[in-house]
Amino acid sequence: MIPFTLRVHGKLAMAAAILLCLGAHAFAEDTEVTIDNFTFSPAELTVKVGTTVTWKNHDDIPHTVVSAGKFRSKTLDTDDGYSFTFTAAGAYKYFCSLHPHMTGMIKVE
Amino acid sequence: MSEFDHDHGESGRNHSPGLSRRRVLECMTWAGTGVLWTISGGVPRSLGLVDSAMAAAPAGLSFLQISDSHVGFDKPANPNALGTLEEAIARINAMPARPSFMIHTGDITHLSKAAEFDNAERIISQAKLDVHYVPGEHDFLDEDVKLYRERYGRGAKGAGWYSFDANGVHFIGLVNVVDLKAGGLGNLGAEQLAWLEDDLKGRSRSTPIVVFAHIPLWTVYPEWGWGTEDGARALEYVKGFGSVTVLNGHIHQVMQKVEGNVTFHTARSTAFPQPAPGTAPSPGPMKVADDKLRGLLGVASINFKPGDQRLAIIDTPLQG
Repeated sequence: MIPFTLRVHGKLAMAAAILLCLGAHAFAEDTEVTIDNFTFSPAELTVKVGTTVTWKNHDDIPHTVVSAGKFRSKTLDTDDGYSFTFTAAGAYKYFCSLHPHMTGMIKVE
Repeated sequence: MSEFDHDHGESGRNHSPGLSRRRVLECMTWAGTGVLWTISGGVPRSLGLVDSAMAAAPAGLSFLQISDSHVGFDKPANPNALGTLEEAIARINAMPARPSFMIHTGDITHLSKAAEFDNAERIISQAKLDVHYVPGEHDFLDEDVKLYRERYGRGAKGAGWYSFDANGVHFIGLVNVVDLKAGGLGNLGAEQLAWLEDDLKGRSRSTPIVVFAHIPLWTVYPEWGWGTEDGARALEYVKGFGSVTVLNGHIHQVMQKVEGNVTFHTARSTAFPQPAPGTAPSPGPMKVADDKLRGLLGVASINFKPGDQRLAIIDTPLQG
């Protein structure tokens, strides 16, 4: 009885640990950059390796998110989003290829 | 001519007092419908808004500029951009004096969708005029970046630049909306500049030159990207000519300045207005009261004097 209970508890604990881990994992990667008034916000963001960043365009004008040689979104119309998962550390400068004065940076540690 | 609806706003900072003195290019009215240009004695003159021009009978070459029709745009600043384009074309069709052709200075569509290009073509073709297009950044948004080229870029060089002659005037259509660099402005690029230099080589300096492109070739407001990184290089090539007129769109409002022999002018949009530089958090579409929209586009607020058939060129007061 005791071993069985332990086993069950062990499994539950493990499952809980996995869920907790997944939850924490998902939370850590759920990072957003908004585009409002032709501005990336935050303009600079520091994240951990493995983080997924989602850009959301709230403007009435389409924008793009382009980091030369690294990633390139399709055209984002109003309320469209684009996600990229950063798997390597580094400083990723990016801009809007339609409005190049719009720039931002993701620092991946 | 204060009765005319000239909303130069902040643009005054770029105005040269030389304009009124030299009367090189005089504007009478402005609107989203388009600006009628006429070449008289080799000097392009803006006869102003289509409605005002209706009563005029320009001699020689006259052509029309429309810009930034943004077909497909349906946001609050103008839920029916196709409708206002249609109104603009209807006004052009109502002109008793037909212009020789039209130029469209880009952003034909909002999102480069095939249906948007089709709709634009369906409406603009109703003017039954030759239309010389240059692309805006909104015309190169399709995945394969081919729809604009297929429709309008045939026979053009590079991303779509070209030149042609009409009534002794040399017209040059440039593309400054591709290969933009982070942190920069509009871009012509080395290949296009080399072509331009070559295109002008051997031409008589007395040939009137009209250069048109989407983004202003002069620096209007770099904070909003309103300028062209290497625009000055292009202007170097043309400034030796006796008469140079640079026509742009992109900023959805009228701005004008004169520098030596070069007159710069931006046209209004047929779709929606944008704020004067620095007067809003961003250059995005400016929402105005519904009854004000056509006033800013000019479609319904064109001010001309009924009965006055001599709508010759009238000086515009430069504000600011």
